[in-house]
Amino acid sequence: MRKSLHNRGFLPGFGMTMGYTIIYLSLLVLIPLSVLFLKASTMSWEQFIGTIMDTRVLASIRVSIMTSFFAACLNAVFGVLVAWVLVRYQFAGKRIIDGIVDLPFALPTAVGGIALTSIYAENGWIGQYLAEWGIKVAYTPIGIWVALTFIGLPFVVRTVQPVLQDWDLQMEEAAATLGATRWNTFWRVVLPHLLPAIITGFALAFARALGEYGSVVFISGNMPLKTEIVPLLIMTKLEQFDYAGATAIATVMLVISFVMLLVINYLQWKINKFDAAR
Amino acid sequence: MAAAMAGCSAAAPAETGKGAGGSNTTVELLNVSYDPTREFYQDINKEFASEWQQKTGQTVTIKQSHGGSGKQSRSVIDGLEADVVTLALAYDIDAIAEHGLIPADWQKKRSKNSSPYTSTIVFLVRKGNPKQIKDWDDLIKPGISVITPNPKTSGGARWNYLAAWGYALKTNGGDEAKAQEFVAQLFKNVPVLDSGARGSTTTFVERGMGDVLIAWENEAYLAVNELGKDKFEIVNPSVSILAEPPVTLVDKYADKHKTREVAEAYLQFLYTKKGQELAAKHYYRPRSQEVLKAHKPAFPDIQLFTIDELFGGWTKAQKTHFADQGVFDQLYKP
Repeated sequence: MRKSLHNRGFLPGFGMTMGYTIIYLSLLVLIPLSVLFLKASTMSWEQFIGTIMDTRVLASIRVSIMTSFFAACLNAVFGVLVAWVLVRYQFAGKRIIDGIVDLPFALPTAVGGIALTSIYAENGWIGQYLAEWGIKVAYTPIGIWVALTFIGLPFVVRTVQPVLQDWDLQMEEAAATLGATRWNTFWRVVLPHLLPAIITGFALAFARALGEYGSVVFISGNMPLKTEIVPLLIMTKLEQFDYAGATAIATVMLVISFVMLLVINYLQWKINKFDAAR
Repeated sequence: MAAAMAGCSAAAPAETGKGAGGSNTTVELLNVSYDPTREFYQDINKEFASEWQQKTGQTVTIKQSHGGSGKQSRSVIDGLEADVVTLALAYDIDAIAEHGLIPADWQKKRSKNSSPYTSTIVFLVRKGNPKQIKDWDDLIKPGISVITPNPKTSGGARWNYLAAWGYALKTNGGDEAKAQEFVAQLFKNVPVLDSGARGSTTTFVERGMGDVLIAWENEAYLAVNELGKDKFEIVNPSVSILAEPPVTLVDKYADKHKTREVAEAYLQFLYTKKGQELAAKHYYRPRSQEVLKAHKPAFPDIQLFTIDELFGGWTKAQKTHFADQGVFDQLYKP
């Protein structure tokens, strides 16, 4: 990789494309986000800490991170399963199933939220049966978890799928001839190879879930300290025309997400190195 | 004072008509409003446009924008060039005024607190009123589940909250501590806080949650008419708040677009007989006593107090009750 940078003569237009990349990123990401920091910096340090350390804000950060994390975990497991089925098996309607995976991307999330709520509410299709077991989904953290799993679903599937597609079946055949069970083959041969893609998918689903608003407000019930998510609290501040307070919370979330993405990237890099060394 | 204002405003459209008619044949207005007024303003716009055309020969098209009241107000502050705003609460217009787009005394410029139509807060219960909910006191009984949106995110919910507070004040001889206790008790019976009024209506009507929905009168009528007279009924409490959704000109943008005259005429149209009739048709309480009388069965007598009487206006109420660490944050600890 590093070598190709030095040999830029082989690839024409490096200067231009790099310049374009930086301008593009600046206009769309860096400048808007730095405005966040600027707005937040209109507060004094005490005000900032006061806003952030408020019990409700802390509770909502906890709710947001926990539910996003569990949603991404669920997607990491079942996303691999879906990708596996889509790549490895032939069956009628495969194309349709493949298309369905992308629906959460295409749908306005509020529509998804309303649909999920109507299904999982206590008088809903699925909710009424769960209610018999004493499980409440809508208006509890479980509901948030469901909504966040819904919007994060395509990420793991779509990152794992191409890796599985390129995967050389001979590796599995070799493992089998060496006497490994199918489970062993999956666990020791296939999974380690998929891990970087799974982690990427996990990170994407996790980051997406942290910022999700539309689908969650309907299903969560928005109870302070219990089912209030960070984006809702930001909306609450804006509703009071408290721009600085809103951006302060947003900034904190941004930093948390960024740190997590860095950690995940680092993990991935380690795994890649480990994988290459083997 | 009000009469003098009404008098001069009635004259205004006729005068401007002569001037404006000749030069420009079309004019466009943007009315930035809140969620439930969409159908109402569609009617108003049609009527006003034809009246304006007759008077001046000018064709006026009015564009509408709807959304949460606070969000709409922020859009105007951030540069959505509305000629007029027609929002759910004065606080949201005060915020626009604070940013210098509207003079601070905007609410005194048009009669009746700048709100040509009003509403109040009532209860929606399930058909037959199985829990026998008659008045505010019934909402704090144990086992009653009350649906209302979050006052921190919904302008409509702030009216609900203040209505309950006002009732408790009135029935406890103005005792603030008792009122706070009452409202805290009420919110203990709230299982879900939706972010907006429509969300709460959905929770109550579609999800079947709760025994009673606290709602604006016009929203309650809409719910009953559209979702089934056989399923819900409206209960009128003995005391409630007079909700005064205000309207005003956004001076800065109206001057920029040179639409001040037609925009002012548009707002004054809301006070005319026709405007009042349309308000009543959409279940907003008309200000005109005559029109109100004609629609009497729809608007039963409820003892109504105003926010100025009991809370000293919106800005003060907002600061005391709904700001962070305000009364609502203190009393609402689930």
